[in-house]
Amino acid sequence: MSTTTPFPFLTVLVLVPAIGAAVVALVPTKAVGRWFHEVTGALVAVVTLVIAATIAFKFKTGFGGYQLVSDHIWAKDLGIHWSLGIDGISLFLVVMTALLFPLTMLGARARRDPRSFVAWLLVMESACLGSFVSLDLVFFFLFFELTLVPAYFLIAGWGFARRGYAAVKFFLYTFAGSAFLLVGILAVAFLHQSQTGVLTFELPALMHTHLSGTEGVLLFLAFTAAFAVKAPIFPFHTWSPDAYAEAPTAAAVLLAAVMAKLGTYGIIRFDLNLFPQATRTLAPLLLTLAVIGILYGALVACAQRDLKRLLAYSSLAGIGFIVLGTFALNSQGLTGGVLQMVNHGLIIATLFILVGWIYQRRQTWQVSGLRGLQSPAPILAGVFTVAMLASIGVPGLNGFVGEFLVLIGTFDAHRWWAVVAIAGIIIAAIYLLWAYQQVFHGEPTAEDTAKTRDLGWSERMIIAPLIILIVVLGVFPKPVLDRITPSVNQLVVHVDRATHTPIPAGIEPSASASTDGGAP
Amino acid sequence: MSTLSLLTAVSAATPTIHTPHVDYLSILPLTIMMGGALLLMIVSSLFRKILGVGAGTAVAVVTSVAALVAALFQWDHVITHGPQVTIAGAIAFDGFDVFVQITVSIAMLLTALIGDGYLRREGVEGPEFHVLAMMSASGAMMMGAANDLIVIFLGLEILSIALYVLAAFNHKRAESGEAALKYFVLGAFSSAIFVYGIALTYGATGSSNLPQIADYLSKNVIASNGVLLGGLALLLIGFGFKIAAVPFHMWSPDVYQGSPSPVTGFMAAVAKAGAFAALLRVFVSSFGTVRADWQPIIWALAILSLVVGAVLALVQKDIKRMMAYSSINHAGFILLGVETATTRGVSASLYYLFTYTFLTIGSFAVITVMARDGDTGHLISDYRGLARRQPMLAGCFAVLLLGQAGVPFTTGFLAKFGVVGAAEATQAYVLAAVAMVSAAIAAFFYLRVAVTMYSPVGLVADPVDAHQGAGPDSTAFGGTAVGGTAVGGDASGASTVSADGLASLRVLTDDPPTDSVTERGIVPVPALTWVALAATVSFTVVFGLIPGPILDFAHQATLLFT
Repeated sequence: MSTTTPFPFLTVLVLVPAIGAAVVALVPTKAVGRWFHEVTGALVAVVTLVIAATIAFKFKTGFGGYQLVSDHIWAKDLGIHWSLGIDGISLFLVVMTALLFPLTMLGARARRDPRSFVAWLLVMESACLGSFVSLDLVFFFLFFELTLVPAYFLIAGWGFARRGYAAVKFFLYTFAGSAFLLVGILAVAFLHQSQTGVLTFELPALMHTHLSGTEGVLLFLAFTAAFAVKAPIFPFHTWSPDAYAEAPTAAAVLLAAVMAKLGTYGIIRFDLNLFPQATRTLAPLLLTLAVIGILYGALVACAQRDLKRLLAYSSLAGIGFIVLGTFALNSQGLTGGVLQMVNHGLIIATLFILVGWIYQRRQTWQVSGLRGLQSPAPILAGVFTVAMLASIGVPGLNGFVGEFLVLIGTFDAHRWWAVVAIAGIIIAAIYLLWAYQQVFHGEPTAEDTAKTRDLGWSERMIIAPLIILIVVLGVFPKPVLDRITPSVNQLVVHVDRATHTPIPAGIEPSASASTDGGAP
Repeated sequence: MSTLSLLTAVSAATPTIHTPHVDYLSILPLTIMMGGALLLMIVSSLFRKILGVGAGTAVAVVTSVAALVAALFQWDHVITHGPQVTIAGAIAFDGFDVFVQITVSIAMLLTALIGDGYLRREGVEGPEFHVLAMMSASGAMMMGAANDLIVIFLGLEILSIALYVLAAFNHKRAESGEAALKYFVLGAFSSAIFVYGIALTYGATGSSNLPQIADYLSKNVIASNGVLLGGLALLLIGFGFKIAAVPFHMWSPDVYQGSPSPVTGFMAAVAKAGAFAALLRVFVSSFGTVRADWQPIIWALAILSLVVGAVLALVQKDIKRMMAYSSINHAGFILLGVETATTRGVSASLYYLFTYTFLTIGSFAVITVMARDGDTGHLISDYRGLARRQPMLAGCFAVLLLGQAGVPFTTGFLAKFGVVGAAEATQAYVLAAVAMVSAAIAAFFYLRVAVTMYSPVGLVADPVDAHQGAGPDSTAFGGTAVGGTAVGGDASGASTVSADGLASLRVLTDDPPTDSVTERGIVPVPALTWVALAATVSFTVVFGLIPGPILDFAHQATLLFT
C-alpha cells in the first residue's frame, strides 16, 4: 500500500545533518579558519534543504499512506526497526524544519565558539527530522529524546543571564515527561506482543492493538504527558517562557518553531493512531486545556514588557490553536491543525529572528527602551508588521488559513470551545498591535534609536523566504492542503471507525483503499 | 611388626578418595587470572630491583588478554556442546558463566591500562596493584562460574579481600586507609551474614548446590518455610552489600571517594559484575520457584536504589561521590532485570552489566588523570573549562557521561531500554515508571558535569561569576573571558531568580569556581589511558549505533543457562 523507492531519501535526510555535525565537531578550530565551521554547517543545512525539497517534489499527491518508506532491522532481539516514512502530516513539517535550520544558522550566529554551536544545531536538525519521519516508536523516542541534548547545551552554553536555570528547568520538565512516553511505548508493544506474538514497535502494526478502555486512557495519558510538556500545552508550559527568553536567538527560534511541533505532531501521529478511543473520550479535556492555553497565553502576553517573553506567551496561545484543531477530530480541524503547525513555525521563527536582530542593535528586549524604531529602520518595521499580522490571523496571510480551518472544525464538533477561542484571537490582536505601536511608533526616547541600523542585505535575504512563504501560503494554500488532506482524512476515518462514529461523507472514497495504515 | 599390621589395617579400612574429574577448560580463564597474579607476585619478589611498574602492567595485560582468549574458546565450546556442569557440580559451564568471564577479563584489562599511568604518577613501586586486581578479578570470575553456594562464598571472599587491600594500597593517602577500613568492617560483616544465609538455606533444603536446591524446592512444598526465607533474606543482604543497593549502600560513597581512582573504577565494575552474576544465578535459577517470596524485596530494593541513588547524586560536589551514587542508581536498574526473573530480564541485566563495565571504567580513567596531586580533591568544578584545554579528553568523558545517562544512540540507552522493557513485559509498570523518572534525574547530573566541562573558566555572565571575576584569580583566566561584556548587561535579570522554587538548582548547572579553585593546567594523559579511553568510547558509540552483536551475545548467554 505504501510506495517504496530504491533511493532511501528519508534515511539520507536524517543522516546528512548527523554526519555534518560529526565533521564540524571533529575538525579542530586551529586546523582551519574560524569561518570553516559556520560555512560547513550552512552548506550541510542547505544540502538537507535540497533533499527535503526533493522529497516534497517526489511526494505523490492524493495518497494518504506513508511514502518513501524504508525499513531495516536494527535490534532484532528488541524488535526495533529503522522504519521511516512520510505522509501529508509530516511532509510540510520536514520541509519547514529543513528550511528554518539554514536560515537560523545564518541569521542567528553564535557569539562565541561557533564550532560547538553549529555542531549542536546540526545534531538538533537530525533529531528533529528523525522524529518527524520515524514510524518505529522506539526510533521516534530516540530522536525525540535526542533533541533535548543539543537544546540543553545550546541554552546552557550560549544563553542569556539566567541560562543555567532555564536550561535545567527545560531539561527536567521535558525529560520527566518523556520518561512516561517510554513506559507507554513499551506497554503498547508488549500488549501487542501478548495479542499477536510479535514484538514490534512499528506504528502501522501497533495501531491495531486492542486496548481496554482503562488501558487506552492510561496509555494516552502517558504518551500525552511527554507531548504536552514538549508542545507545551497549558498547564505544562511553565518551562517555556524561561527557556525561550534565556535561549540564544537560534535556540529560541528552533525551540518555538520546530521542537514545539514535535509535541503536537506526536499527539496527531501517535495518540490518534494508537488510542483513538481514549482520544475521543479525553478530547473535551484537551480541548479545554487548549482553550485555557489560548486565553491564558494571550492574557499573560498582554502583561509582558519584554518582547521575547511576549512572543513566548503568544507562542503558547498559538500551540493552543493547533491542539484545538487536533481534538476537533474532524477533517477541517485536523487539516487546520497540521497546517497551523507549519504556519505557526514560520511566523514565530520570523518574529524571534527579528527580535534577535533588534537585540543585536539595542541590547534590550524591553518595549520601553525601544520606542520609535520605525523611522531609522523602516524595512525591519515592515517585515515585523507582516509577521505580526500573520500571527494575529489577518486574511491574506498564512495564519488566517490555519486558524480559520481550526475554528470551523471546532465549531462543527464542539461549538462553545470555538466561541471562547475566538476571544483569544482578539486579545492577540490587542497585545501584538500594542507591542508594535510601542516599539516602532512614537518619538524615539533613547538617543541611539535614531542611529539604529536597518536590515542589511544579508539580513533581508535571510528573512525574505520566510515572508514570501507567509504571504504565499496565505493567498494560495491549495498545493499544501491537497497533500495534507488525504492523510488527515485517513486518520479521521481510523479514529471514527475505532470509536464507531459515523464517518462523514466525502472523506471516505479516496482514503478507503489505504485506511489500514501504510504497512509496507 | 605390629606397626606394619596396623598400617595395613588402616589402609585397608580407609576408602580411596575419589577426586572429581576436573574439566580444566571450564575454569581456564579463572585459573589463568589467578595464575597470573601468583606468578607476578613471586617473580616480582624475586627480582624486586629489576622490575618496575611496566613489568607488572605487562603481566596483567597479557594475563587478561589470555583469560579473554580462553573465555572466547569457552564460548565456542558452549555454543557447540551446550551448557554443562563440571567438577562435581560445583562449577556451571554455560553461556552465563562465559559472559561473566569475558566481562571481568575486559574490566581487568582496562584497569591494568589505566592503573599503569596512575602508579607512575603517584610513584607507587611494586606489583601489588596488579597482583591484587587480578586476584580480585579471579574471585569475580569464580562467582560467575559458581554452581554452589560454597563456591560463591569462596569467590566472594577472594574478590573482597583483595579489594579491601586494594582500597588501601596507596599508603601515601590517608583517605585510602579510612576507606579500606570502612569497606573491610562492613564487608566482613556482610560476608558473615552471607555465610549464615548459606547455612540456613542448607538447613532448609539439605544442599548447598544450586541445581539441587532448585530441584528440592520444585518437588517439595515446605510447610513452615521460615528457615528458608531467613536464609534467602540473609543471602540477599550479603549480595545487597556487594552491589551497593539501598539500604545497604552506606559504605559506597565514602569508599568510592577514598579509594585510589583506578581502584574505584575496578571496584564499581568488577565487584558488581561478580555479585550480580551470583545474585542472578542464585535467585533466578535456584529460588525461581519461590520467586513470589523474594520478588517484592527486590522490587523495594530496586525502587530505593533508583530513587536514592539519583537524588543524592544531584547534590554531590565531589565527582567520585557522584559516581558512587550514580552507580547505586545503576544497580537499581540492573535489579529491575533481576526482579522480573525471566529470560528477558536476565539477558537485559547481563547487557546492562557489560555496557556499564565500559562506561564506568572509562569514566574513572578520566577521573584518574584529572586528579590533583595525591589523588585528592575531585571537585566537579575542577572540570570547568576542560573542553577548551583538552578537547579530546573532554569529548571522551562527555560521551561516557551521556552513555551513563542513557542518551539515545549509546549503549547506555539500550541497556536502560532493555531492563525497563523486561520489567514492563512482566507488567511491572510502577517499577518501570520509577526507573524512567530516576533516569531523568540521573541524566541531569551527568549533563551538569558535561556542561561544566564545556563552560569556559571566567565567563562573566552570572552575578556569582561576576563577583568571582573581581577576586584574585581573575588575572589568571582573564584572557579567556569571552563575550563577557556582551551578556554582562543582563545580569540584573537574575535577581528575580530567587523567587522561584527551582532556583536552588541553578548553581548546580553552572557551578562557579570557588575561591579555593584555580584553573587547572593541562593534565598529562598517559598513552595506555588513551588506549583504554578509545576502547570504552568507541564501544559505547559503535554498539550504540549498531546494537545487534552485543544484544545477541547477551541473549545467547542467557539461553545457554544450565
